[in-house]
Amino acid sequence: MVLMPIAETPSRNHKTDSWRVQTPVVDYSKCIRCMICWKFCPDDAIEISKTGELASPNFRISKMEVPVINLDFCKGCGICAYECPEKCIDMTLTGGVTL
Amino acid sequence: MKSVTEQRLLVTGNEAAAIGVKLSNVRFISAYPITPQTTIVEKLAEMVSKGELKSRYVEVESEHSAMAAVYTAALAGSRSYTATSSHGLLYMHEMLHWTAGMRVPLVTSVVNRAIGPPWNVWADQSDSMNQKDTGWLQVYCESNQETLDTIIAGYKIAENRDVMLPLMSMEDAFVLSHTSEPVTVPNQSMVDEFLPEYKPEFVVDVNNPRGYGSYATPEGPFMELKYDMVSSMERAKSVIRDTLREYSDTFGREYSGLTENYMMDDADYAFITSGTLASTAKYVVNKLRKEGKKVGLIRIKFFRPFPQEEIREALKHVNAAGVIDRSVSFSAGGSLYSDVIASIYRKLDVPVSGFVAGIGGRDVRISDFEHMFSLVQDGTEGMQWIGLKEVD
Amino acid sequence: MPLSIPATELMEPGHTACHGCGATLTMRYVLKALGKNTVMSVPASCWAVIPGELPYRTLDVPMIYTPFAATGASITGIRESLDLQGKQDYNVVGFAGDGGTADIGLQSLSGAMERGHNVFYIMYDNEGYMNTGVQRSASTPAGAYTTTTPVGPMRNYKKQPKKVVADLMIAQGVPYVATATVAYPEDLIRKLKTATEIVGPKFIQILAPCPTGWYFPPEETVEISRLAVKSKMFPLFESIKGKFKLFRPGSPVPVSEYLKKQDRFKHLNEAEIETIQKSVDERWNELVSREKTV
Repeated sequence: MVLMPIAETPSRNHKTDSWRVQTPVVDYSKCIRCMICWKFCPDDAIEISKTGELASPNFRISKMEVPVINLDFCKGCGICAYECPEKCIDMTLTGGVTL
Repeated sequence: MKSVTEQRLLVTGNEAAAIGVKLSNVRFISAYPITPQTTIVEKLAEMVSKGELKSRYVEVESEHSAMAAVYTAALAGSRSYTATSSHGLLYMHEMLHWTAGMRVPLVTSVVNRAIGPPWNVWADQSDSMNQKDTGWLQVYCESNQETLDTIIAGYKIAENRDVMLPLMSMEDAFVLSHTSEPVTVPNQSMVDEFLPEYKPEFVVDVNNPRGYGSYATPEGPFMELKYDMVSSMERAKSVIRDTLREYSDTFGREYSGLTENYMMDDADYAFITSGTLASTAKYVVNKLRKEGKKVGLIRIKFFRPFPQEEIREALKHVNAAGVIDRSVSFSAGGSLYSDVIASIYRKLDVPVSGFVAGIGGRDVRISDFEHMFSLVQDGTEGMQWIGLKEVD
Repeated sequence: MPLSIPATELMEPGHTACHGCGATLTMRYVLKALGKNTVMSVPASCWAVIPGELPYRTLDVPMIYTPFAATGASITGIRESLDLQGKQDYNVVGFAGDGGTADIGLQSLSGAMERGHNVFYIMYDNEGYMNTGVQRSASTPAGAYTTTTPVGPMRNYKKQPKKVVADLMIAQGVPYVATATVAYPEDLIRKLKTATEIVGPKFIQILAPCPTGWYFPPEETVEISRLAVKSKMFPLFESIKGKFKLFRPGSPVPVSEYLKKQDRFKHLNEAEIETIQKSVDERWNELVSREKTV
C-alpha cells in the first residue's frame, strides 16, 4: 500500500473563525430575507435556515426562511453588510464594539 | 510455456514498442512528434485508424501537454501511454515529477537521443539520465524483443498496488528504434490474462470527491509522501523480480531481474553498462574469453530502482570493473558510474574505472572496448572519455 | 423569498481564501451552475491553496491539481478518459487564473480549444499573480501598480493594455466564449448553463476582484466587480458560435469611479486616467461595432 497525495477530509471540519476581527450581527427585525448576503458570501458561511423563530419586520416575512451566519466559518470580510439592501447587518469588533 | 499462436515478426524497436502498447490494452495515447521517437506514435495512430487498436489517440501541442494529458487520463481511469525523446523528454521534466508524485502508473517510451546544442538526433542516454530523480522506474532495453516485453511487464509492475510509480522504458536511438530484428509477439489472450484490465483504486469519481495533489506544509505529510515514494521504489525491486519471472515463465523469455549477468560466474574483470552498448560488450567478452581473459558483463537493465544488491553480489569476486556511461554528467563522472561506486562503497574493495563513450551517437567499437578492458586491467582511476578526436 | 441562484453548495466553508475573495465566489457560482457531475482541474494559482492543506478538500467534486502550464492538456486527458468509460455526462472544467491562462498556460489552452474537446475552461481573472504576491500578468490592466510594476519615480506602472484572452478565444473559433463577473451571479450562472448546451469547448473569463492585490477593503469585492462593468473596464459579452452579444450597463459611470476605489491605481494623475478612459471608450466602440458586423 502506498501513501497517496489525496485530500479527502471536507474543509467544513476546518474552522476559520479565528481569522475574524469583525463580526456581522444581523438585526432580524429589519431583515427582509432577500438572501443577498447569502448570495455574495465568499466563505459559504451563511446558511439558509427554516426556523421562523427570529424577529422579523412583519408577519409575512416571519414565515420565510432566514439567512443565519455560521460564525465557525465567517472570516468577517463584511461583504454581507456592504451589500445588504436594508443595512441590517452591523460589523462589530470582536467584543461587541460597532465599527 | 509458449503459445502456439504467437507470431514471429521482423520489426524495428519502435514498432515493437507500439505492438507492446497494443497488446497492453492501452486506452488513451497522447504524444508529440520528435525524432527518433515519432515512428512509435505513427504506428499507434495507424493501428487506431485501422481499428486494430481501440484507443483514443490525441495529438497534443507539446510534450509537456502530452504528459499532462496521459496522467490525467490515467487518474480518470484509462490505461495511458506516451512516448518521447531528448528535448521532448526535457520539456516533460516538470510533468514527470508531477506524475510520479501523484502516483500514476503510466508507461512511457523514451528513445534515447542526445541533447543539444548542437542538434544531434543520435543515441545518447543523457536525456533519460537527466530524469533519474523524477521518481520514475527506468528500464534500459537491449533489444527490440525486450522493448516490446518491457511495455507489457512495465504496466504490471507500475500498477502494482505496492509500487504505483510510472515506468520509463528506454531504447537507444536508431540502434534499436529504427533497426529491424526478429521479435516474438505474444498471444493477446495470454497477455490479457497476465495483465488484467486497469482498475485504479483512486479513480476520479463524482460520488467520492477527492483532491488529487493538494498541498502540504513543512509539518504536513510532504516529507512522508516523498519518503513513501522512495520506499515504494525499494519495494518495486521484488515486484520487478517476481513480475519478470512470471513474464518469462508465461511467454518463454529469460529475464532475470533488475540486471543481466553475462559470463560473470568466474569473471576476474567486469564491464558494467546499459542499453545496446551491452550487446557490443557481450561480443567483446566472448572475444576476450577466447584470448583467455576472464571477463564478464553486468548489464544494468533497471537504473531506477538501482540494483545495488545485484551489483555487489556480481562484483564480489572480481579484481576490477569498468563502468561505461553513454551520457554526460558534468563534473561528477557518469551517472551509472557514480551509482555503481556508491553501491559498493565500504562493502567491496574493487577498483572501478569510469568511461564515457558513444556520446551523440558516436560508434563505440570493439577496439574501444578492448582499450577500456586494458585500462580496467591497469586499474585506471577517474573518468576517461573514449573515442575523442582531435578538434582544430 | 425564491433564491435567484441555485441553493446547492458544492464549495464547502472552511477554506483558506483571503477575506472577500472574488476567486472563491467564482468557484462557488461555477459549481452552482454545473452541479455535482463535475471534475475540476486546477493549476498553480490561488485556487491551488484555497482548499487548504492536506488532508482537506473544499470542493464536493473531484479536483485535480496540476502544474501551471498544463490546464488545457489536463482537461483533454480527463475528458477523453471519461468518454472512453461512457461518462459523457460529467462536466470537465479547467479552472485557472489569469497568469495560468494568458501567460504560461496559453499554449495548452489554445491546443485544447483547437482540438474541440467537450470541456469548460474557466479563467478566473484577478488581473495578476495574486497567489505569489501580486505580480503583473498579461491580463493586468494598463495603469495598475503590481509588485513587479511598482510605479516609483519612473512611473513604472503596467504600460501595456490588458490582453483579453476571451478575444483570442473568439478569434480561434471557440464555439462558446463569454465574460462574466461575480457581482452578477445570475448572469454568470445563466452563461454557464447556456454553455452546457454546446458540445465542444467553452471558454468563460470571469473577473474576480482581489482585495489583497487590488488594495481595496474586502467588503467592496462585489461593488468593485459591479463598477468594473458599469465603467466598461470589464465589458460583459457572449459569443455563441460566432454570434457576438454585448451587455450594456444600465447606469454607466466614468472609469475614475472604478479606479479611485482601488489603491493599485492611486498613483494615476488626471491625464493618465483620461488616457485610460479613452482606451476604454475605444474598446467599447470596437465591441459595439463587432456586435453590428457579426
